[in-house]
Amino acid sequence: MEEKVAAETKEVVSLPRLGERAPAFEAVTTQGPVRLEDFKGSWLVLFSHPADFTPVCTTEFMGFAEIHPELKKRGVELLGLSVDSVSSHIAWVRNIEEKMGVEIPFPVIADLDKKVATLYGMIHPGESKTETSRCVFVIDPEGIMRAMIYYPLTTGRNMQEILRLIDALQTTDKHKVATPANWKPGEAVIVPPPNTQEMAEERLKEGYECKDWYFCKKKL
Amino acid sequence: MACINPDGTLTPSAKAMLSAVSSPAPLEEVAKSTGLPLFRIRSSIREMLEAGLVEEKEGKYAVTKLGREKIEGGKDDQTKTNL
Repeated sequence: MEEKVAAETKEVVSLPRLGERAPAFEAVTTQGPVRLEDFKGSWLVLFSHPADFTPVCTTEFMGFAEIHPELKKRGVELLGLSVDSVSSHIAWVRNIEEKMGVEIPFPVIADLDKKVATLYGMIHPGESKTETSRCVFVIDPEGIMRAMIYYPLTTGRNMQEILRLIDALQTTDKHKVATPANWKPGEAVIVPPPNTQEMAEERLKEGYECKDWYFCKKKL
Repeated sequence: MACINPDGTLTPSAKAMLSAVSSPAPLEEVAKSTGLPLFRIRSSIREMLEAGLVEEKEGKYAVTKLGREKIEGGKDDQTKTNL
């Protein structure tokens, strides 16, 4: 019976959860060893790619390098990861600079033992038992997991969506609002719905752009 | 090690960080004066603390005698290389 339970337990894959502390780790990167706690006080975009020296990943790395200055302006650090050695990462990063003319400014975790990949549920065996899928984890300055995106091996990520997601999260934190579908900075935001009848009555008099008592927007 | 080369000399970023703590400074100040991101300062200073190149007192970090010797040694090595 115990053996059966142990066998079943082995199959359970951990995934981080939104609103909870991001799993702590220490890892070797192309810029030296780092711990998650080293990023405290900054936003962090931790992302995985399937493998070095592959075409979709190369386009993504160039994309991440391109948005790196915009992320820096927003107080966001980038940290890549794949199940490759640090030597492979260094060779690939140098190759991208040499062949594509793009410098990769962020560190990349060499997760050969899949320790971080397992902690963050980056390996989806239905797709690949050895490669990490295209995952993005947005971790806030307090170390809380704020957003997660999982893309399959075949599909490169949209860098503008990652920037938009950061803008939306930071706007939410700063102004205590929500953001509607397809929201972009400068557009009206959603005022949190009222919790009582009294608040609902008041809401309609507050000068917001309201479709109804539960659906009000405002410009920041 | 990210700060110390296999031959025992310091990397350029390690030298920059050690110079930035020639008088005691908090890590945020080291990040500002070197232009390196704070996460790199934290991980590198941790490594240099373990190697005895830096010491910490009340949240400020300062280069040790050994750290100064390493910087000087690096200069000698550079001179030799240039020769």
